[in-house]
Amino acid sequence: MTPRTRRRRAAPGSPGFLRRSQSRWGERAVRVLLVAAALVSVLTTVGIVVALIPPVVDFFGKVDFGKFITGTDWSPLFEPPQFGVLPLVTATLVVTVIALLVAVPLGLGAAVYLSEYASHRVRGIFKPVLEVLAGIPTVVYGFFALRAITPLLQRYWPGGDPPQVFNALSAGFVMGIMIIPTIASLAEDSMAAVPRSLRDGAYALGSSRMQVSTRVVFPAALSGIVAAVVLGVSRAIGETMIVAIAAGGRPNLTFNPLEGMQTMTAFIAAAGIGDLPTGSTGYQTIFAVGLLLFAITLVMNLISIRLVRRYREVYE
Amino acid sequence: MIPTAVTADPPEAPRLKGRRTPLREQFFRLSLWASLAIGVLFLVGLLTYVVVEGWPRLNSKLWTNFPDIIDPSNAGAQSAITGTIWVISFTALYCLPTGVLTAIYLEEYADRDRWWNRAVEINIQNLAAVPSIVYGILGLGVISRGLGFGQTVLTASLTLSLLVLPIVIISSREAIRAVPQSIRQASLSLGATRWQTIWRQVLPAAVPGMATGSILALSRAIGEAAPLLLLGGLTFITFNPTGVQSQFTVLPIQIFNWISQSRAEFTALASAAIVVLLVILLVMNSLAIWLRNHFTHRW
Repeated sequence: MTPRTRRRRAAPGSPGFLRRSQSRWGERAVRVLLVAAALVSVLTTVGIVVALIPPVVDFFGKVDFGKFITGTDWSPLFEPPQFGVLPLVTATLVVTVIALLVAVPLGLGAAVYLSEYASHRVRGIFKPVLEVLAGIPTVVYGFFALRAITPLLQRYWPGGDPPQVFNALSAGFVMGIMIIPTIASLAEDSMAAVPRSLRDGAYALGSSRMQVSTRVVFPAALSGIVAAVVLGVSRAIGETMIVAIAAGGRPNLTFNPLEGMQTMTAFIAAAGIGDLPTGSTGYQTIFAVGLLLFAITLVMNLISIRLVRRYREVYE
Repeated sequence: MIPTAVTADPPEAPRLKGRRTPLREQFFRLSLWASLAIGVLFLVGLLTYVVVEGWPRLNSKLWTNFPDIIDPSNAGAQSAITGTIWVISFTALYCLPTGVLTAIYLEEYADRDRWWNRAVEINIQNLAAVPSIVYGILGLGVISRGLGFGQTVLTASLTLSLLVLPIVIISSREAIRAVPQSIRQASLSLGATRWQTIWRQVLPAAVPGMATGSILALSRAIGEAAPLLLLGGLTFITFNPTGVQSQFTVLPIQIFNWISQSRAEFTALASAAIVVLLVILLVMNSLAIWLRNHFTHRW
């Protein structure tokens, strides 16, 4: 970016006086075009808000907000409709927790390995391979969870009731694998930003590589690592296809991951497929759940952005 | 011991003669390695599974025939494949210019001291992490029903464009930022205008980076199913789109449709279509990596 030049007027004839050629037509037109393009992104946000607000306002005119947040029965498309969003929220929570139990240790493990242990060549091979995981469409992950992981779990389930055909466990597990690259790459970035001198200092004091990784690099990179985890949380909450395919479509207020359950995103997808008439309460329900989802992920993202900025400031 | 060449990276632990590596250290190393390996093994397992399952159906019927609910053994995905091409072409046509222009504005013109420019930046960072299904709601509420574009190729393309726009903007900005200031200053000092400098010096140098980011953005758009579910992409389509006003289906939606069927033939069909989708994506990703490795300029 070119530094902004503050225009100072010098008197004609004095040193520092340059006659500016008049700003050209084309240059101005280009600038207008560029600003217009930048406005599109702003308009998108405005669009999201505008799309969400009116149906939601209308929705809460008919449905009590307190009942929406605390209700335990969710069947908005049946008669009589029930609008308690809790089953969707707990389902989202269960799937997210399972996904994080998989993604956080594996993602951070991979990040520490790539940043502290791997040779240049090993890193060159494994980083792109890990990135492929992030590039696989989530509909494929959902398919794999339903058709491969769930049967595997059912066959080799040790004792007790095996998981149902649709269950939160295999959806959450596969989602966790999907999130590994997100967490690993951000965490590795923040570990790479830890200055070499800190490591050298620790080595000079006789630390082993494990001690350097866990007691020097890891704490120094902590805010970046937390940001990576928060981003992982927000991806898990917003993920749709895996849960829509593998976790089932039945709202179910339970914390048992072996049962089928419907998350917020899965509900939006399922309700969106049925061609609901504009303005009906069912149609507006999509927007109410969507706004809740948007609000949760927005908070997560703001936290993550703030943390990333903080750790970047430390070593610059 | 003869000292070997000093290597700059990675940071090597000093090799001192002493006790053997403690068990704890070895275990730690092993578990780190395992966490990387699990992801890779999962990937291998997934790829093997879809190829084995889809193998019987990986024949020309897949792209010459249309979907068929009654006779899955003769069903194909032609309408989904052409639909994907239509939707992605229009997505690229809309989001690449918009994204690149926004990136140029933010890097070359915007004054960071102004609050509105900072707002645009934060806004883009946020948009990058908005769940894709929320874009589906945007498409449904504003583009499809609000503007009255309906369940068409155009609606789908616009929705996907907005979804991947942040990726294009962020990667283009990085490519522009990588061009050193001295190039710009040299051009300006020779009397070139700002736009001439950008057009003739900065952009040519930044194109490989932008192309890499754009390909990755489009490959994300190709695999995306969630927002299109809301835009009527699931309707059973047995014809190819003829224009932007046509109804459509795309590969991920078609795959989702087949997964929802319980018969085993449909599982094979879904696997075969997944193989096609993954091949397209792998080709695009390798192209992006190749571009990055061969054309990135070191200054």
